[in-house]
Amino acid sequence: MITLEVNGRTHDVDADPATPLLYVLRDHLALNGAKFGCGLGQCGACTVLVDGEATFSCITPISVLPGRIVRTIESLGTAAEPGPLQRAFIAEQAAQCGYCIAGMVMRAQALLEKNATPSDAEIRRHMAPNLCRCGTHMRILRAVRRGADEMRAATPGLKRAGS
Amino acid sequence: MNVRTTLAGALLLSALALTGSADRPASAAGAATEHAFDRGLVARGRSLAALGNCITCHTSEEGKPFAGARALSTPFGTIYSTNITPDLETGIGRWSEVDFRRAMHQGIDARGRDLYPAFPYDHFTRVTDDDVAALYAYLMTRDPERAEVPPNRLSFPASLRSTIGIWKAAYFRPGVYRPDTSRSAEWNRGAYLVEGLGHCGACHTPRNALGAEMSDRALEGGEAEGWQAEGWQATALARDSPARTRWTADQLYIYLRHGRDAQHGTAAGPMAEVTHNLANVDEADVRAIAVYIAARMPERSPPTEANKRSEPASADGEVIFAGACAACHETPGTISGGTVALGLTTSLNAPDARNVIHVILEGLKPESGDKGPMMPGFAAEFTDKQVAALVDYLRTQFADRPAWNDVPRQVAAIRRSKEQQ
Repeated sequence: MITLEVNGRTHDVDADPATPLLYVLRDHLALNGAKFGCGLGQCGACTVLVDGEATFSCITPISVLPGRIVRTIESLGTAAEPGPLQRAFIAEQAAQCGYCIAGMVMRAQALLEKNATPSDAEIRRHMAPNLCRCGTHMRILRAVRRGADEMRAATPGLKRAGS
Repeated sequence: MNVRTTLAGALLLSALALTGSADRPASAAGAATEHAFDRGLVARGRSLAALGNCITCHTSEEGKPFAGARALSTPFGTIYSTNITPDLETGIGRWSEVDFRRAMHQGIDARGRDLYPAFPYDHFTRVTDDDVAALYAYLMTRDPERAEVPPNRLSFPASLRSTIGIWKAAYFRPGVYRPDTSRSAEWNRGAYLVEGLGHCGACHTPRNALGAEMSDRALEGGEAEGWQAEGWQATALARDSPARTRWTADQLYIYLRHGRDAQHGTAAGPMAEVTHNLANVDEADVRAIAVYIAARMPERSPPTEANKRSEPASADGEVIFAGACAACHETPGTISGGTVALGLTTSLNAPDARNVIHVILEGLKPESGDKGPMMPGFAAEFTDKQVAALVDYLRTQFADRPAWNDVPRQVAAIRRSKEQQ
């Protein structure tokens, strides 16, 4: 048994300690937001947050996760009540096929939690590991910028990076 | 060549040097405002600048090419590279070709001041006047960039520029490369490039306490990117090469040209920038470098202490490997171009763990525009303890060598240095 904390809840998972987190999320915890893309840490469709850092869950064995805090896209909101960054992705129609989007949103979330007002260059550099085969990158970039605005509006206390 | 100078002696003499350097006139050539250079000369200069890897040190993270201000960490403090664009105020726009040649050959700037040997004029002094002229033509035809460079932050006594004179007297041997007539033209071309403009020894040769390359141990392995625990090891290219299979000239050519060789591994860290630059220079020059370096490699690879392992490899490391690494490293065909067999990689056979730790934490990324493997870094995924367990497992399981000492401290130091950047 390995104990994982995912989206604020504690789970005892009966799986081989070498099992990638992605499989546990999808097969054991029915959290199907994170997607299997390449299984090699090359595409980012599986991105979730571990202690606030964007992480490829397909190559993160659960053995390294006890004591760490895992968050998936399900923690940001629901279909009925999407969170600010999710609303921004919807408003910008950033998804085409949508397969990469949960990973894109979580990688952007990691950035915006640390830096509420990223520059375009910072957004591009941060988002670079995640790929979109449909080519909606420009919409994704707009969605991240809009998300930064919405998150600042939703949390008035949020400050600029470094302040 | 092995003059030993104590720090105390250097201090004592520095007072004398202060008066000495005042005799040296600044350049009288005046501002070079109009430059008309032959296009062929500029093109040759471009190739030479790539062979010299000038752009790497003379460009900062966010800065324009050649505008300087990259922080170079040394045991004596931080030196900022200079702006070598032809900007008149902040660059070398007022330098004549004579000034430029004096800097390359003598380590003296246009104002007559000694330059810190972080600028590797101990190598550039070997470059011919013709090649210096081509480099000058190339740099003078770049876009001028107005960019001030921060002042150096050096500790005493290195902070006194007058100490450079002492250092030079002890260690600097000026003079253009002299061919070895008993060797082939190709070997000599390689030696000229390696010892001169390529300044390979700046990283790959060990240095003494005063920062001078130990000439009797040329290319026997040194330090890249600062001489601290968190830097990279520059692999030994001569005696003590840790390569599991002896490098051939053909393999070295492929590695230098494409950043990767199936029998030795992928260029990473500071070396990735070198191979990126070598991708576009004259092919014959890369071959010559490969021929020269291959000739210096030891005849035999070091024996492994194979199968002497008494303890089992780290169990935690084995689990991490299975969950994080095996998808690419143990599964042929998953990664385009294939992964290099871990047991053959130079980093896992090296005398210490630093390069392996760097790659695990930072991953591998092809330079912009290059093809190459993309390995994600695991800094966010693994704790220091987990990285150390994985390193122990990789070393004993794949390289079949005794576990390294000092891994946990190195992991912490390397992570700290990355977080400070």
